Amino acid sequence: MELERSGDSFLTSKVDEIIGWARKNSLWPMPMGISCCAIEMMSFAGPRYDVSRFGSEAFRFSPRQSDLMIVAGTVTYKMSHVVRKIYDQMPDPKWVIAMGACTSSGGMYRSYSVVQGIDQFIPVDVYVAGCPPRPDNLLKGLMEIQKKIARGEKPGQSEKIYIQESVAR
Amino acid sequence: MKDSIVQKITAQFPSSIVSVNEYRGELTILVKKQDIAKICSMLKGDNDLCFDSMRDLCGADYHRPDERFEVIYNLYSLKNHFRLRLKVRVEEQDLHVPTVTGVWKTANWHERETYDMFGILFDGHPDMRRIYMPEQFEHFPLRKDFPLMGIPGSLSLPHK
Repeated sequence: MELERSGDSFLTSKVDEIIGWARKNSLWPMPMGISCCAIEMMSFAGPRYDVSRFGSEAFRFSPRQSDLMIVAGTVTYKMSHVVRKIYDQMPDPKWVIAMGACTSSGGMYRSYSVVQGIDQFIPVDVYVAGCPPRPDNLLKGLMEIQKKIARGEKPGQSEKIYIQESVAR
Repeated sequence: MKDSIVQKITAQFPSSIVSVNEYRGELTILVKKQDIAKICSMLKGDNDLCFDSMRDLCGADYHRPDERFEVIYNLYSLKNHFRLRLKVRVEEQDLHVPTVTGVWKTANWHERETYDMFGILFDGHPDMRRIYMPEQFEHFPLRKDFPLMGIPGSLSLPHK
């Protein structure tokens, strides 16, 4: 965000940038925890990794109060309708992180019942690799969403971000 | 234990047992499918045998011309600490098997699963419909002739 200082008492900027700055530091996640990735997502919100450092500690279990959907787990064809319905209930602008191999590509479930990547039915902004991804990598995914907002990009229309798997040290 | 089970079944259902097999202490009895509910009822109700727990019920597809499918009942007697496996064979042309939901209530969902995956129908079941797949799905995924990645277009996705 660009701020220009004029005189001593006020700053000028663009309204969109101010709103974007507020939004990016207060993303409210909708935890679409479907399977084991959800455990890592909980860790991402817990005290060790502490997502509240990035302003996203308010996990909302109502889609109507959320603007970031973290899809964490294996999405079957039967579940895909539920995921889409929850996504449709979220207010705009809404962002989507595909967390883990199953969500991004079907993962190890190369099977008739599993959707081979949720981008077949909802627009995804950031893909996080791993099975499951480490919580710090999910934090990186969140930061990429924040960067997208800071750049003024539109959800689902900007370039996809692929985050590689991190290694435990 | 093995002898008394076989004896009691033969006494009450003289022509029901097709074969008896024991492998590593696991007793498997193949019986005729029309008697399965009555045999299960007897095995549960008998005071000595007391097979009070149905641990699993599943199907199998052997993909052969005759008696293509099997339904397998894994029973356990808490009193005797004894496991028994019952099997029935099912023809592809006649996919009906009597239900055992009247004997063990837990068989309800197991039989629905077996129907969902193999298309075997359990006569007398209180709620014979799919349990995993969407209700409008037309195939049976665990049959050997069902392709691994499914049949394109058979499962719907939401509009994008």
